[in-house]
Amino acid sequence: MLEILPLILVFPLAGMLLNAVFSRWMDETWIAIFACGASGTAFVIAILQAIALSGNHFHVETVLIADWITIGNLHLPWQMRVDTLSLTMMMLVTGVGTLIHIYAVGYMRGDPRFARFFIYLNLFITMMLVLVAADNYLMLFVGWEGVGLCSYLLIGFWYDKGDNGVGNARAGRKAFVVNRVGDMGFLIAMFLMFGAVGSLNFDDVLYFFEHNGVEVAGLATVVTLLLLVGAVGKSAQIPLFVWLPDAMAGPTPVSALIHAATMVTAGIYIIARSAPIFALAPVSQTTVALVGASTAFMAGTIAVTQWDIKRVLAYSTISQLGFMVAAVGLGGYVAGMFHLITHAFFKALLFLAAGSVIHGVEHGGHHTHDHCDAQDMRNMGGLRHRMRITFWVYLVGAVSLAGVFPFSGFWSKDEILADAWNVGVVQGHWHGVAVYVLLVLAAILTAFYMTRQIVMVFFGEPRSSAAEQAIENPPVMTTPLIVLAVLSVVGGALNLPGWHTLGHWLEHTHHFFHGLDFNLGVALGSTVFALLSIWIGTLVYYRRPLENATAPDQLEGVLGPVFRFLYCKWHVDELYSKTIMALYEWKARFLAFQVDWYFWHDFVHEQLIASAFRGVTVVLSGPVDKGVINPFFDGMAQLVRTFATRVLRPLQTGYVRNYALGVMLGVIIVLGMIFVNEGM
Amino acid sequence: MIPTTYYLALSAILFSIGVIGVLVRRNAIVIFMSIELMLNSANLAFVAFAREFGTLDGQLMVFFVMTVAAAEVAVGLALIVAIFRSKASIDVDAVNLLKG
Amino acid sequence: MTAELIIFVLLAVIAVAAALGMLLSSNAIYSALFLVVNFGVVATFYLLLGAPFIAMVQVTVYAGAIMVLFLFVIMLLGAERLRHPNQVLSWQQPLAVVLVMALLGFAGYVVSMQGLASPPVDVANTVSYGSPAAIGELLFREYLFPFEATSLLLLSAMVGVVVLTAVDARRGVSRGVSRDRRS
Repeated sequence: MLEILPLILVFPLAGMLLNAVFSRWMDETWIAIFACGASGTAFVIAILQAIALSGNHFHVETVLIADWITIGNLHLPWQMRVDTLSLTMMMLVTGVGTLIHIYAVGYMRGDPRFARFFIYLNLFITMMLVLVAADNYLMLFVGWEGVGLCSYLLIGFWYDKGDNGVGNARAGRKAFVVNRVGDMGFLIAMFLMFGAVGSLNFDDVLYFFEHNGVEVAGLATVVTLLLLVGAVGKSAQIPLFVWLPDAMAGPTPVSALIHAATMVTAGIYIIARSAPIFALAPVSQTTVALVGASTAFMAGTIAVTQWDIKRVLAYSTISQLGFMVAAVGLGGYVAGMFHLITHAFFKALLFLAAGSVIHGVEHGGHHTHDHCDAQDMRNMGGLRHRMRITFWVYLVGAVSLAGVFPFSGFWSKDEILADAWNVGVVQGHWHGVAVYVLLVLAAILTAFYMTRQIVMVFFGEPRSSAAEQAIENPPVMTTPLIVLAVLSVVGGALNLPGWHTLGHWLEHTHHFFHGLDFNLGVALGSTVFALLSIWIGTLVYYRRPLENATAPDQLEGVLGPVFRFLYCKWHVDELYSKTIMALYEWKARFLAFQVDWYFWHDFVHEQLIASAFRGVTVVLSGPVDKGVINPFFDGMAQLVRTFATRVLRPLQTGYVRNYALGVMLGVIIVLGMIFVNEGM
Repeated sequence: MIPTTYYLALSAILFSIGVIGVLVRRNAIVIFMSIELMLNSANLAFVAFAREFGTLDGQLMVFFVMTVAAAEVAVGLALIVAIFRSKASIDVDAVNLLKG
Repeated sequence: MTAELIIFVLLAVIAVAAALGMLLSSNAIYSALFLVVNFGVVATFYLLLGAPFIAMVQVTVYAGAIMVLFLFVIMLLGAERLRHPNQVLSWQQPLAVVLVMALLGFAGYVVSMQGLASPPVDVANTVSYGSPAAIGELLFREYLFPFEATSLLLLSAMVGVVVLTAVDARRGVSRGVSRDRRS
């Protein structure tokens, strides 16, 4: 059964190629069938793999597809790996991916680039599977870059829209460039690992670090910090999170699939994959935990102030990714993976539901010719009557994200908090306490901004004519929403306290992965905080709803400059553009004008090289060529002609007998030579 | 028993006469006859060697040489006829268009 | 001198004389007849060498068929003598003689050095050696493929001759060689 593993890549790839080649002769229905079918088949294969793996006593299997590079000791195969960690990711990617494919059929209906969208989506699924199924770091990196490419393509999918008609394209470019910083870290980490181990295979690398233990702790620290740089880029953590909010320029299914559920979790995946190396480097672990916790808090504060429905969710995603990163940094790999899965469910749900809202409001806008911003929450309100299904699933997603018992977010978030409590209070590490505090604050903020969003979007009175005319979407869009809503509710059952299903499942991949016992105090505390936060949110926004679409936020009056500071995202973008970008541009200008243009072009090329060249050519063409070379070859030609007329021409008598005599002469000469050589 | 050497010597003499005929005579037909003489002298050497080694392969080679000679004579004489039709002569020196 | 040697020397003298006669006579008819004599003598040698079959083929094919063909052509063209017996290349003749002498020298040296001067084992008198039966046996077993190849050779020669000598009825010239424009 495990031999069919490569098919999991083949089907999405085939779907992509089919649509890429034949889409112009197919209507939207067939394109959708191929795309969804490709993704769904991959999901089925992932399930079959899981069954096969449990039947195989969870023995790690590798499947060699082909040799890629073999030079001397460097041996890099295309080899896939099946263990519980990669299978978890595979099932998640293909399962959620398929639901989002189906949703996108409805969402993208009528788009002129309908086929291209699904080609990109299938390519993304393929690349994500390459990433999670890889058996070595380089193949993982191929997938890593592949999903980065898809992300870029899909962020800029509507490349002709956005600010000044280039906004979306700029957003894609920003994501690409920021990710390059992280990739650089990942690449250097790979080089170091290869230099030390001589292989990039997971088993070899991890064995090397486990086997040598503290002797290579220094190397482990460097490698893990560099891996962290990679993870920070991909998973949008401080300081490289700035690309993710802009990435919302892409179509909403893309935001749900790539920028919430799957691709951005690659950073958590790689940290979990490299867990034995991190175990050797306490400094790195601390850094990871603090980066994650700070990101969780910071992104939470920004999310509170945003107006754009998708931007709120984007910062929420960054915040939740911070939770996961903090969890794996504290050694709570199961908690991190658990939250990764539940987050994939409810955040995909929230994004898709947000897309449903946007779609509905846009539809209303078409009816009333009210071309307000369909993503601005100030233009919404009162939608719970017009979009019932969307409202309910949104509510499910929101309470799950807020961590209300017994929704899935409660279980996973609670486990992370319990991990932090364990490290900070039980084991007495200062960073555990810091992480715990930051995460609790972030959790409070989460509940608050979700309350704010629900109230703004669904309650109160419609604040625009578009919102008044908004309508519910067709079943092709709402069905995946309902499925995801169910998953968000029951997803917590994956790792209930006492059973630890996911923990035991992941334990087979690595003994570092083990669950933590339920901490009632922490759970109660977080629930109380969440409920409190929701209550406050209701007080602030439900009791005194926004009056119209241009009114300021209720909090702005209370917090004033702090609110504006948060609204401007802590001015991180401005900071980057003032420091890094300005320096970079100054250097670029300096190089372009001073160095390249004035020095190289004007001085070196124009004056030095060109004039020297002209001088040399004058000499070469005049005295050298005309004076010496040309007469020499003329003379040669003359010589050949004279020789031919004087000597060769008379030899051609035209008499056959004469030629025969020549043959005879040759025979005699050859015979003579034979005689001389043989010495006879 | 005549030693094989004698036959080889005779063969060499006949061959040389044939060579002179090709090189000296201008009558195309005589040149042809000289070639036949050369082939014949070679045949004589073949048969002599066949006896020397007690095998029949030399004689068979003569058989094939005769076949080739027959074909060659037929084509050669046809060529001479064709040349005669255009030049009204069989003097090989008359065919000297390749003169430099 | 045994009787056999006497016969050999006599025949050799006749053969060389006939060859020289062919070479020296200015009339092509005489040349052809001298060559017939030479062929006949060579056939006799074949008999002495234990090759009766080859000897018969020599007489019928060479002396009979081929030489008759020569005579036919000579008489057909009426070209037994050249009309302008002028020598264009004066240095060709002596140079040819010198080269041939060198060739003869080489040949004589090689022949005398080969150690074949003593008479070989007398296979010629065994009954089966050189008989048509033995020749045929070898020809159709070992040399079947070359034998079949010669049939193709003869066929193509025949086709070639027909093409070369056939006269184009419309233009009155032979197809094989187009009429020389200068003649």
